[in-house]
Amino acid sequence: MAEQSIISPENLVYKKTDVMTDRELHYCPGCGHGTAHRMLAEAIDELGIQSETIGVAPVGCSVLAYYYLNVDMQEAAHGRAPAVATGIKRVFPEKYVFTYQGDGDLAAIGTAETIHACNRGENILIVFINNGIYGMTGGQMAPTTLPGMKSSTCPMGRDVLTMGNPLKITELVAQLPGTYYVTRQSVHTPGNARKAKRAMKKALEYQKENKGACLVEVVSNCPSGWKMNPVDSNKWMEENMFPFYQLGDIKVPGKGLVSDGKNGS
Amino acid sequence: MKKEIRLMKGNEAMAEAAILAGVDAYFGYPITPQSEIIEYLMSANTAERTGMQVLQAESEIAAINMVYGAAGCGKRALTSSSSPGISLKMEGISYMAGAELPCVIVNVVRAGPGLATIQPSQSDYFQAVKGGGHGDYKLIVLAPSTVQESVDFIRLAFDLAFKYRNPVMILSDGIIGQMMEKVELFDQQPRLSEAPEWATTGKKPGEKSTVITSLHLESEDMEQVNLRLQAKYREVEKHEVRFESYRCEDAEVLFVAFGSSARIARKAMDLARAKGIRAGLLRPITLFPFPVEEVRRLAGQVSGMLTVEMNAGQMVEDVRLAVNGRTPVEHFGRFGGMIPGPDEILVALEARLEEWYKEQPAQTE
Amino acid sequence: MAAKGDIIIDIERCKGCQVCLDACPKDVLEMSRKVNAKGYQYTVKVNSDCTGCANCAIVCPDAVISVYRVK
Repeated sequence: MAEQSIISPENLVYKKTDVMTDRELHYCPGCGHGTAHRMLAEAIDELGIQSETIGVAPVGCSVLAYYYLNVDMQEAAHGRAPAVATGIKRVFPEKYVFTYQGDGDLAAIGTAETIHACNRGENILIVFINNGIYGMTGGQMAPTTLPGMKSSTCPMGRDVLTMGNPLKITELVAQLPGTYYVTRQSVHTPGNARKAKRAMKKALEYQKENKGACLVEVVSNCPSGWKMNPVDSNKWMEENMFPFYQLGDIKVPGKGLVSDGKNGS
Repeated sequence: MKKEIRLMKGNEAMAEAAILAGVDAYFGYPITPQSEIIEYLMSANTAERTGMQVLQAESEIAAINMVYGAAGCGKRALTSSSSPGISLKMEGISYMAGAELPCVIVNVVRAGPGLATIQPSQSDYFQAVKGGGHGDYKLIVLAPSTVQESVDFIRLAFDLAFKYRNPVMILSDGIIGQMMEKVELFDQQPRLSEAPEWATTGKKPGEKSTVITSLHLESEDMEQVNLRLQAKYREVEKHEVRFESYRCEDAEVLFVAFGSSARIARKAMDLARAKGIRAGLLRPITLFPFPVEEVRRLAGQVSGMLTVEMNAGQMVEDVRLAVNGRTPVEHFGRFGGMIPGPDEILVALEARLEEWYKEQPAQTE
Repeated sequence: MAAKGDIIIDIERCKGCQVCLDACPKDVLEMSRKVNAKGYQYTVKVNSDCTGCANCAIVCPDAVISVYRVK
């Protein structure tokens, strides 16, 4: 009887935000995309800017982000989201504009668009999901795949001598004068997810100041691509991804660079 | 009131026309022979004149995707480039055709393939008219032959782009882009004040969010999208064919040429007439939609057709399709940046006359 | 002691990833024996120790959990 009395509208403390649609997400069980979407949606909700926000979806697993994020959105070609966002922001400087991109989209095929949008100081938020693998195409090597990490195109593990090194593009863009706030987060625990949301919220608020590009990286998992169950994938992420991609702020307004990104490399 | 006549370079005239047409945004990347467009816009103080945004992108790929973003917001967005740069834009153009976004792309064509030369050419006809990017799509393609048309087509192109929600290409070339000619500019048009309902402007409370996309994973859906696009292209074919005829009424042989080639072919036509050859000239202005009916009609009248193109024979294929064997159709071209002279065109025509007349005596009626 | 919190799980949307189990500080959650229409085992509440902290709901990638708490 006591339980029934708890479940009543006045006691509701957490439910899915209306900035997420009711559509069921197509992501694999345990995939961080869903949580990352929701943290972004909650940030938009808490700022009350749903009607002033325009998003850009990438190509990759989150190609259908516009099914779930209940804001006006444009679907960009692979890697071109920062250019599309530039076009939007230049004609609608008063709107809040974000891109949501994976590692292949942002750090491989879209490297030029990412770096130049950041370097121009476009007043946009780039949400960068880094899970070190190409999920949608079936688990191939990404620009951020760790040394020795296996994928379907580096089945013996990434050999940096022949396949190149993982790209810390977040540290790279933090060096550019056009970026204002650059941070690396995760969404796999309640605390981390809350911090990631705070980072996205701050980044959206900074858009009003016209101080430049903000990039929030979310180091995330890919249970299917990594061939692990979701809980193990999050553990593996903590043990292997985080030492290389260290969580925390990299560039902060007023302070500039607070991390040189050399840790763990 | 008499309008001011100005002497302007083709590229600069198009840039000025873009400001006057109320274009909201231009995104481009320098490439010869069209860099004057962005240079002119960058020095024209567009922000103060109309509020038009002008940005030099990091690449042609970025530029066309910036156009995508701005067009998705319901704005008039323009880009320009020349052949190698247009190849890079093809990805974005296909996406815009798929997402049914209006925009205008100016191609001041230079010779190919590859890096080739900066000299004028018409060798991007196939790319402009037959696709270029992936998928079943069509651009509306306008081919100016004067600086005046370059100016007028900027406005026309945006009208067509928004009427059909389709990318429009202005297929100019290095001659028209670089030459100076007198031109009458139109009055300043207002920028778009209201966004179309399909544009992303921010989700309105109580309404569904707006999505701009070309992605339709279900084949059944994608086929329907294609059918809708095809129906749109048929409408374009029905309503938007534009061409110009010179002395076709009594022509027994016909030149078919577009853009700058048409100017030279017209001179060749005059030379032929002076020699007693009743030549005419048909100048397609829209390359898609192609003036199929007019070509077909003239096929019943003339003994032969000669296309004059600065390429290895591209538009000739569309003329042949329209003629469908009813009269001989041949091609004369110079390419690689070479520009044909009227004399050599006349020689090319005369070389064919005997055979044409033998095959198909000139019809007097 | 009366429960302070409670949750509603939309079991048909649950994909059984178990991320919420780790997030719960009170071991309130377990996986079902049964499967839902999609064939996934789903999260179920097995005791009344819930404090309404919402940790489970925050980390749920599919947003299947709503949280209630006596204020």
